[in-house]
Amino acid sequence: MNIWNWVALSGAAVLALIVVGAVRRRAGASASGRRFFRHPTAAPGLFVLTFFVMVALAAPLVAPFQPYEQIDVDHLQNHAPSTRYILGTDPLSRDVWSRLAHGARISLGIGALAMFVAVTIGAAVGATAGYFRRWVDTALMRLVDVGLAMPRIFALLVVVALWDRIAVPVLVLVIGLTGWFATSRLVRAEVLSLREREYVAAARALGARPSRVIVRHVLPNAAAPIIVSAALGIGNVMLLEAGLSFLGMGVPSPAPSWGNMIADGWSKMAVAPWSATFPGLAISLVVMALNAVGDALRDALDPRKEAV
Amino acid sequence: MTEPPEPPPLLRVRDLKTYFVTEQGSGTARAVDGVSFDVRPGETLGIVGESGCGKTVTSLSILRLIPEPPGHIRPGSFIEFEGRNILTLEPKELRAVRGNQIAMIFQEPMTSLNPVFTVGDQIAEAAIVHQHLSRAAARRRAIEMLQLVGIPDPEERVDHYPHQMSGGMRQRVMIAMALVCHPKLLIADEPTTALDVTIQAQILELLERLQAELGMAVMLITHDLGVVAGTADRVVVMYAGQVVEQASTVELFARPLHPYTEGLLASVPRLDASQQDRPRGRLHSIPGQVPAATAWPDGCRFHPRCPYAWDRCRAEEPPLLESGAHTARCWLLAEPQRRSSPVPPPPPPPP
Repeated sequence: MNIWNWVALSGAAVLALIVVGAVRRRAGASASGRRFFRHPTAAPGLFVLTFFVMVALAAPLVAPFQPYEQIDVDHLQNHAPSTRYILGTDPLSRDVWSRLAHGARISLGIGALAMFVAVTIGAAVGATAGYFRRWVDTALMRLVDVGLAMPRIFALLVVVALWDRIAVPVLVLVIGLTGWFATSRLVRAEVLSLREREYVAAARALGARPSRVIVRHVLPNAAAPIIVSAALGIGNVMLLEAGLSFLGMGVPSPAPSWGNMIADGWSKMAVAPWSATFPGLAISLVVMALNAVGDALRDALDPRKEAV
Repeated sequence: MTEPPEPPPLLRVRDLKTYFVTEQGSGTARAVDGVSFDVRPGETLGIVGESGCGKTVTSLSILRLIPEPPGHIRPGSFIEFEGRNILTLEPKELRAVRGNQIAMIFQEPMTSLNPVFTVGDQIAEAAIVHQHLSRAAARRRAIEMLQLVGIPDPEERVDHYPHQMSGGMRQRVMIAMALVCHPKLLIADEPTTALDVTIQAQILELLERLQAELGMAVMLITHDLGVVAGTADRVVVMYAGQVVEQASTVELFARPLHPYTEGLLASVPRLDASQQDRPRGRLHSIPGQVPAATAWPDGCRFHPRCPYAWDRCRAEEPPLLESGAHTARCWLLAEPQRRSSPVPPPPPPPP
């Protein structure tokens, strides 16, 4: 690490602190915002998330080496953490910190995008089933039952095995397409109650077509549970990606993802624990932060807490 | 005296039957059971009755907003608006009628507005749906409408959310939403029930003014005879899913023919009621309550609560009998000598 990497890294940390402070000030204006920060782990969780997002965005600045660069294959394998290689080097003599920073892009990106795919499909299916009821509901919900009854990891392994080296967008799609079942259940339940609201009848009386009623009148009012399930789901997706990558079926080497970094370092766990431990720590930290933020969001957005 | 030839009615409802299948299929609720009436262009028709007599289901049926299942409009029913049968319209044609030619105001201003959109967005919605206005034009239109319904500072109010407004204001917003496309028929389902008395009067005045300005017909659904007396040209009284009496407002208040209407009129509290009318100063009430829609009584549906009921009422269902321009579903019209009332009804209040 040279001096500029340190400057960039501390810059990221300071910026994350500033962001959390600003969010906190603005949230203080509303009751739900205050409920969010009343959660003791909400602010630290938000900080950890923002920090990792900053690191991911500024990866080339905070990382001293290229993520694929084998610095010296003969003499620098499994180098212990030092001032030059702060998290050490892995068995292929790559800088663990540089790979961790670049891996954040892939791991966080897959988590967010796959969840986006899952939530979009889940919301669409759930809203359609809940709004139209009758045979549409029955058909879609039986499909969801099948999806929920299927062990996801095995389904993923089967699909992923179709490719020799799976492209990252395909991986995102595959994870997203197998992850929307629970969300659709949640959205359907919410829509079943929202569709009976008078403003939905009023919108229909105005002559709005069903798609317009769903998109403009029903879904925005179901936003709270959707957001919460998405926040809690990203962590899950990241764990899934890490698991797949660890098994060698996720993000293909040498591109760094936190999961395949663990796989790379795992064989040398006894002599060089850092190359598997640090990406593992990063995963745990981010997933914990996501869960903390998701919990706090649930408390903040649940209208039943309004009276308290 | 010769009356000018009547224009064709704007809305003709004939033998409307809207039934609901109950949960376990144990019975069918005949919520609306053979209702017929006309709405003429530009007039105000009052539809009166207790809770559960089918007023709201009638109005929802006209826009085909009945939730299906469990509800369905029986074949043989007929709802004609400007010569077209609403019940056979394709979904697309139906949407072109809703909000554009027939608009509706709902009972609860508190829950009929979407909490996540500004009132301007909601008022503009019908204009965007039917007239494909641009966002800017729709916004100008929303401001005009707010002005029309008498909301001060419309330029500022247009960006407010429903929760920032009072009940009366929200009802004005609902009216603005309904009128944005200048409908020919406005269905107002208990538009003032949820409001304070003073606000009620303001909203009714507003409706009357807008009706005159825009030349639309209004179907005013209410359980409040006072509201009808002040605003309606003609009145349809409903009981147990049927029309039981139909007359001009003046005629109905002066000479109620159906015992149910008599009872309704007698149960309006009046400050000027004399001791003679109400012996112990008690408010008159109709005994019993509307029976369940799954089991209407045989014969006349009102007979269990009727002070005049005799054998014929229990056995035979009366048709709508005519007395001039006045119709009522009561055997008393066929046998007027039986109207030697056990409880003499008080003289009705002037309309």
